[in-house]
Amino acid sequence: MTEAIKFLEPDAAILARRKEIVDDLAELVPPERLVHEPVELVPFETDGFLAYRRRPLAVVLPETTAQVAAVMKYCHRYGIPVVPRGAGTSLSGGAIPQEDAVVLGLSAMSRILDIDYANRTATVQAGVTNLSISDAVGADGFFYAPDPSSQLACTIGGNIGMNSGGAHCLKYGVTTNNLLGVKLVLVDGTVVELGGKALDTAGYDLLGVVCGSEGQLGIVTEATVRLIAKPEGARPVLFGFDSAEAAGSCVADVIGAGIVPVAIEFMDKPAIEICEAFAHAGYPLDVEALLIVEVEGSEAEMEAMLASIVEIARRHGVRTVRESQSALEAALIWKGRKSAFGATGRIADYICMDGTVPLGQLAYVLRKTSEIIDRYGLRVANVFHAGDGNMHPLILYNINDPEDAARAEAAGMEILKLCVDAGGCLTGEHGVGIEKRDLMRHQYSDVDLAQQMAVRAAFDPAWILNPSKVFPLEGRE
Amino acid sequence: MASQLTPATETEAAEIIRDHAERAAPLEIRGGGTRAGFGNAVQAAATLSSSGLSGILTYNPAEMVMTARAGTSVAEIEAALDANGQAMAFEPPDHRPIMGTTGEPTIGGLFAVNASGPRRITAGAARDSLLGVRFVNGHGEIVKAGGRVMKNVTGLDLVKLMAGSHGTLGLLTEVTFKVLPRPKTAATIVLSGLDDEAATHAMAAAMALPVEVSGAAHLPESVKSRFLSGGLPEGPATVLRVEGLEASVAVRVEKLAAAMQRFASTTRLGPEETAVLWREIRDVKPYADGTMRPLWRVSVAPSQGEKLVAALRLATGVDAFYDWQGGLVWMRMEADPEAEILRRYIRALGGGHATLVRASGAVRASVAAFEPQEPALALLSQRVKAKFDPVGILNPGRMTTGEPA
Ligand SMILES: Cc1cc2nc3c(=O)[nH]c(=O)nc-3n(C[C@H](O)[C@H](O)[C@@H](O)COP(=O)(O)OP(=O)(O)OC[C@H]3O[C@@H](n4cnc5c(N)ncnc54)[C@H](O)[C@@H]3O)c2cc1C
Ligand SMILES: Cc1cc2nc3c(=O)[nH]c(=O)nc-3n(C[C@H](O)[C@H](O)[C@H](O)COP(=O)(O)OP(=O)(O)OC[C@H]3O[C@@H](n4cnc5c(N)ncnc54)[C@H](O)[C@@H]3O)c2cc1C
Repeated sequence: MTEAIKFLEPDAAILARRKEIVDDLAELVPPERLVHEPVELVPFETDGFLAYRRRPLAVVLPETTAQVAAVMKYCHRYGIPVVPRGAGTSLSGGAIPQEDAVVLGLSAMSRILDIDYANRTATVQAGVTNLSISDAVGADGFFYAPDPSSQLACTIGGNIGMNSGGAHCLKYGVTTNNLLGVKLVLVDGTVVELGGKALDTAGYDLLGVVCGSEGQLGIVTEATVRLIAKPEGARPVLFGFDSAEAAGSCVADVIGAGIVPVAIEFMDKPAIEICEAFAHAGYPLDVEALLIVEVEGSEAEMEAMLASIVEIARRHGVRTVRESQSALEAALIWKGRKSAFGATGRIADYICMDGTVPLGQLAYVLRKTSEIIDRYGLRVANVFHAGDGNMHPLILYNINDPEDAARAEAAGMEILKLCVDAGGCLTGEHGVGIEKRDLMRHQYSDVDLAQQMAVRAAFDPAWILNPSKVFPLEGRE
Repeated sequence: MASQLTPATETEAAEIIRDHAERAAPLEIRGGGTRAGFGNAVQAAATLSSSGLSGILTYNPAEMVMTARAGTSVAEIEAALDANGQAMAFEPPDHRPIMGTTGEPTIGGLFAVNASGPRRITAGAARDSLLGVRFVNGHGEIVKAGGRVMKNVTGLDLVKLMAGSHGTLGLLTEVTFKVLPRPKTAATIVLSGLDDEAATHAMAAAMALPVEVSGAAHLPESVKSRFLSGGLPEGPATVLRVEGLEASVAVRVEKLAAAMQRFASTTRLGPEETAVLWREIRDVKPYADGTMRPLWRVSVAPSQGEKLVAALRLATGVDAFYDWQGGLVWMRMEADPEAEILRRYIRALGGGHATLVRASGAVRASVAAFEPQEPALALLSQRVKAKFDPVGILNPGRMTTGEPA
């Protein structure tokens, strides 16, 4: 694999003191909560961005906020970098450590602390997985809305770190719109509470800036999230179109007609073929673009909405319309879409890009994307959240061929720049991490970036928290 | 009389702020001035107005996004949205009636105070709709943050920080925000005769149903007659709103009414009365009483609003009604603001915050308008403020946060 992305040089003085640091950490947490044997450190070397790995100094897996605070206080005192980690499913390298850093893994803090139906909140420890919140309240008719495809594994702390989204965010918003409060350990070990069960927070919206800060402002140990009453039912419909343009203008007209479905997912022909071969979901193979539109509500409501949507699709020359008639069919429609990453992984290595564009630019960006991919002699499959313009080109390549890998990486960067130039941004849900760090200047001016870094410095003046990430290494305050 | 500076461009605004920063000369930031008298008083020899920065820049209804200059009047924005069957989902209130002010609210002022109405309980606050901003910080630098797409996690979310910062971090020059289709129709179920506590339970039960209640408010006897020109049925009114497409509202209202039978007798309001009622709730109609009697906006966990009022009633003269299922309590005090006791009770009931929205000049001079923060949080907020406005020239003193302790 390439090593195009640089990390900060590890601090030799810290590396030299490794043994001492491990001994000191052993005083702060029980022995089984400290990982330091080289072989045991291997699983923490990388995250979902597998192309890069670094072995951390040590890994601490605390069980309490007090332990997190003690570790932070210690690392702060000695200037030791800390990399927070949830489940390590980041696709942008957000949780990849560096050699002189202590990884602070929250996975052991996985208790649901409070479920409050009267106020429709759940308070959970940071290591609780996204799906287990919905599982815990599902039988009582509630759910937690943001639903990343990784929801079985990823943690609420990691979701807050990345401000994660998912297919159903069109209606319910992303993490930041569903987060009411956090317990946050600051870089020096101070514990603060931001927000709580009240719907609005007081003073500056620090909760808003912590959400999506990729482990750079503090360690989240607990979170209070909104629960929402489950709709009576939900039903996806599959639409096949002869062109991406037709699918795109259908989406625009649905929204223009005053209908906001819960999800509008888009797949291009290569993605349809890959998913169908794997999931046998019955996707049409004679179309250029496919939309999965999901509506929810009572039977009567869904009927009414679907009738309008189908009508609009017909006006755009839809070739295939498949309404799911049963729960089984609905599950099958989603299975195809949800297996996109896994199915692609079976036929080739791939990198999953994550840019957003204004809806009106979708067709243009898809066209340009295929031009870029052709120029590099690669293949691409596109699946994405069309309702909010969040594109996920999967660039296929051969991981064992360094030149191919370098081409894939370079093509990916061009596509992200294209998204920005089309009025969008570098990342809609996977974060900047190390992956897009050096493209930040493409989206922001030096002044814009300096203002963000200044806010970062208000929380962490010495840049101890996850320091290799998000901001270009040059020009930091 | 403070001099008024009205830049015609963002560049000019930046020059003015840079010049004032160099001279450490404070500026009061002003939109339409309809909130004049909100927050703590600002001492500044000059006022910087956004009124020269006006106009809708882009609006594509199919993308559900609008970009406008900060000084654009809310009326102009709403008219443009209305023509396309869309609206700001967070239902920004018009506080002119309670503040006794005139003038035209601006879109920048609205986001600067993070205005949010009854639909906040499902659609979020103004900050949840704000996607991107341009602003001039206290150095006189022009900064852009966020973008114009629904999902954006590129770097730190300074957009949220600017929302609700009351002009203390920068002068907003441009805002990009999400808009939604305006509900095609709406209906309200009125439950009559419930006391505050029973109403709180009924509202929680309604919000737990799969019928998407988009507004839940309780109007005790003391205020009820001031809504709908006295047209609500006998007794305290607990009101629940359902919105959406015709067919869907009809079905959901049936279900909601059936489920609410066990709490009280119910009546229904059609779309016209629903529109009027919720506008009156949004704009705090009962306390648009032409007085300067202290008015608080209290945000607590929805189940605690009623307990807070019950406790306060034992100690002082207070009149109140509840929005957001009790999570937003509007309180008018008989005479004194009773800030100390109110804030103590809020802490005892699990936290939240109280904002003094209206009071006489004398009261405002002695009572902090915003909730005082814990020391560690106050320090952090001050450090953040210093990163935007190190000289402290932007609305000094308006929020307690950011002021030297
Ligand atoms: C005390 C009070 C509390 C309120 N609370 C709420 C509430 O909780 N929810 C709600 O929905 N509405 C609230 N409002 C109403 C809301 O503020 C108005 O509807 C809003 O639109 C005011 O716009 P304006 O242009 O008149 O602002 P102004 O009255 O001119 O200014 C309001 C505040 O915003 C700042 N400001 C104005 N323009 C800019 C700008 N371009 N850049 C940076 N800062 C700027 C000002 O410095 C001032 O602090 C409140 C009003 C008052 C008076
Ligand atoms: C197959 C697959 C599908 C995916 N689908 C989606 C999707 O649909 N939508 C989406 O948004 N993402 C998706 N992702 C990306 C990833 O799952 C999310 O970014 C997720 O939120 C990461 O959670 P995590 O617990 O694994 O965090 P990690 O990867 O461990 O960490 C993510 C970031 O958050 C920080 N962090 C973690 N915990 C804390 C904490 N407690 N306090 C402070 N900072 C912390 C880390 O430092 C890092 O910067 C997918 C990933 C995979 C592998």
